[in-house]
Amino acid sequence: MTDRPAVSASSNANPFPANWRSRGLWIALAVYVVYASAQMDVSAERVAVGLHNAGHFFGRMFPPNFTRWELLVKGLEESLEIAVLASTLGIALSLPIGLCASRNLMPAWVSWPARLIIVAARSFHPVIVAIVFVKAVGFGALAGILALAVASVGFAAKLFAEAIEEISLKQVEAVRATGASFMSVIGYGVLPQVFARFIGFCTYQLDSNLRNSTMVGIVGAGGIGGTLFAAFQRFDYDYVCAILISIIALIMAGEVLATYVRAIFIDGFSLADIFRRRERGATVHRVQHLEDD
Amino acid sequence: MLSIKHLSKSYVAGKPVLSDIDLDLAARGITAIIGPSGTGKSTLIRCINRLVEPTSGSIEFEGHDLTRLSRHALRQARRRIGMVFQEYNLVERLTVMENLLSGRLGYVSAWKAWRRKFPRGDIARAFELLDIVGLSGFANQRADSLSGGQRQRVGIARAVMQEPAVLLADEPTSSLDPKTSVEIMQLLTDIARARTIPVIINMHDVELARRFADRIVGMAGGKIVFDGPPAQLSDETLKTIYGGEDWLH
Repeated sequence: MTDRPAVSASSNANPFPANWRSRGLWIALAVYVVYASAQMDVSAERVAVGLHNAGHFFGRMFPPNFTRWELLVKGLEESLEIAVLASTLGIALSLPIGLCASRNLMPAWVSWPARLIIVAARSFHPVIVAIVFVKAVGFGALAGILALAVASVGFAAKLFAEAIEEISLKQVEAVRATGASFMSVIGYGVLPQVFARFIGFCTYQLDSNLRNSTMVGIVGAGGIGGTLFAAFQRFDYDYVCAILISIIALIMAGEVLATYVRAIFIDGFSLADIFRRRERGATVHRVQHLEDD
Repeated sequence: MLSIKHLSKSYVAGKPVLSDIDLDLAARGITAIIGPSGTGKSTLIRCINRLVEPTSGSIEFEGHDLTRLSRHALRQARRRIGMVFQEYNLVERLTVMENLLSGRLGYVSAWKAWRRKFPRGDIARAFELLDIVGLSGFANQRADSLSGGQRQRVGIARAVMQEPAVLLADEPTSSLDPKTSVEIMQLLTDIARARTIPVIINMHDVELARRFADRIVGMAGGKIVFDGPPAQLSDETLKTIYGGEDWLH
């Protein structure tokens, strides 16, 4: 008897009560957007001027001018070299650092310093690191390689550590129980469990370094970025357009390469298989990925 | 051969899982440890190769006290102790052959093992063992493509690859169906008897224990409450081990 009023009261209650805290946040965001636009002097006239200018700029970009292609190819080559060397160096450093940072295999006095290194490497954008290295070792590709290697450590080592922390310790335990040394336990109990994911991280890192390597040149750390920046400053917009198209082609080539690397390492395809069974290969690849993760 | 004295283990101080266990193991024969879940059977077995660190007591094995070994000496001792796990604990992404050869990791340097350079004798023996456990032709299959029974066969072969002086089996059939369980027990005991390797098996299936063991050790509440041949295992003793009696008939 005493329960009945309570039941009817709750059934009459509004099932969607107003959440004033989330409403407050939305209102605050709207107010700030208006305020910031006013501060930045973003008005309708300003947008119109900008659009007009953009039309002019894009008009001058076409047709792209490939007459100075030798300089362009040299820049692209240098970017590619920076990306590959930085990825190799960065991943070579990331493997031991990532292993040390994994809290399930390492004691705290090892994992914390390793984590500190990773956090430090992640803290700054590659451009800032590139500026530091340009000041430290001088203009040119070396600064770019070092800057991107640092960025790679911040990214790949963190992912390596996370992958290792998710492995099944039962498999590790079994290898340990045979009397295997620490390095053998890593080689037989740990690496097989994370290898496929590591390959994924590495190809992603190469892809990302390829993109970043076209940019560090802007601060004088080598690669196509320097050529691009110079072309901007000389208002050679048709040449700028040629460079941008080349960069897109380079990134796309990198992506295709990364797919093949994954297919060979993870799925055990031969190169011939990939070319022969492109369509089936793609689906098989996806299914295996699901199983891998 | 293996002599456990006053062994205790508590994960939480003041709440011992094992208290004052004494157990001597002969150089041959199958010993089954039975008892309800959570009574410390697994902990006891894992204390022997120190996958679990004992709190106190000693375990004498081949002239050493296992509980006092340094890390290096412990690795040397572990090479002589094979282990079979409830959930097989195979390295899923490695092939059957690689899993078998991982039983030799205590004898092969990491550098050679990483490059898969195992001695010829080891490889020949691995193929021979694959034949014995009925998996010839599976050498290059990945472990994750096998069924439960097949995995446990690989698990047994891996442990025997060590040429162990004693074999520990932690609930080796608890994840398998009844028919496969019998087959696995048959295989395990056949191999052990053929090579005169003494075996300690944890199990909760009393009938399987009666059928395959030469000696049964009953545990309850972290203590040994029965120790004798299967014939002496009466309903009375089972009541002390597991408590209650409704389940007996």
